[in-house]
Amino acid sequence: MVPAHTGSRTTRLLGLAVLAGIAVVLVLALAVTGPDAVQGDAARLIYLHVPVAVSMNVGFGLCTLGSVMWLWKKSRWWDTVAVSAAEVGLVFTGLTLVTGMVWGRPTWGVYWTWDARLTTFSLLFLLYLGYLVVRHLPADLEVRNRRSAYVALLAFVDVPIVYLSVSWWRGLHQTATLSLSSTISGLMLFTLVLGIVVSLMGFLWLLVHRFRVAWLEDEVEIAGLDLAISERRAEAGIVEVSTP
Amino acid sequence: MWGYVTVGYLLVFVVVFAYAIHVLVKGRSLSKQVPPENRRWM
Repeated sequence: MVPAHTGSRTTRLLGLAVLAGIAVVLVLALAVTGPDAVQGDAARLIYLHVPVAVSMNVGFGLCTLGSVMWLWKKSRWWDTVAVSAAEVGLVFTGLTLVTGMVWGRPTWGVYWTWDARLTTFSLLFLLYLGYLVVRHLPADLEVRNRRSAYVALLAFVDVPIVYLSVSWWRGLHQTATLSLSSTISGLMLFTLVLGIVVSLMGFLWLLVHRFRVAWLEDEVEIAGLDLAISERRAEAGIVEVSTP
Repeated sequence: MWGYVTVGYLLVFVVVFAYAIHVLVKGRSLSKQVPPENRRWM
């Protein structure tokens, strides 16, 4: 009997690797690394904030790729990649916002300020939330896929603006934590990079499961449509003729 | 300072855990409605 779930051998192995990675990162981030010279213990939130932000960017990049590929190939697989990446990416966007606010309170003295990075970032959250709303508007599958692909392309315009906002406008938010000019090094850098790797693995695990759920949702919708068409045909007395 | 750190870490793990459970439960529910040949990852 085929088990009824979205797991597979690969996702189980990946899930175990993610759990082990989380344990290692937690020990490094909370116990092994020391406090930052300027930010003190609040800097430990960076090992969480930056990894979820990187995963979010990967998610929105995948959403854009999936949308472009759908517009080009009209492939259901790519459309499913786009919607799954957008939803998981949106969860990670919310986490980036919240961890940033929790870090901002002891560092800046406020949870929120209309700084350029925070403003463009909250706009990004709203744009991808809008993408998911458009996705759920009732429509034919092809119409739904086309309009959500265009919304995804529009939303992605904000991603480089968010990244460059700390260079373009003066604000409270610090410049990129990881760049050629950043001063983070040693164990702090190792913990941060490991955190990013583990976060990306966790993102991939969620993405694979969400992809399969989105695929199943479409299967159920297509089956429902086929059934409804057959019922209408039966009501109208149209006999379906199967060709050999 | 540790209060903020604890709240930040707890929030992330609780949200990710809750979202993962939501996706897994939805997957199980939908899998029962779709024939095995249309679940190509099995």
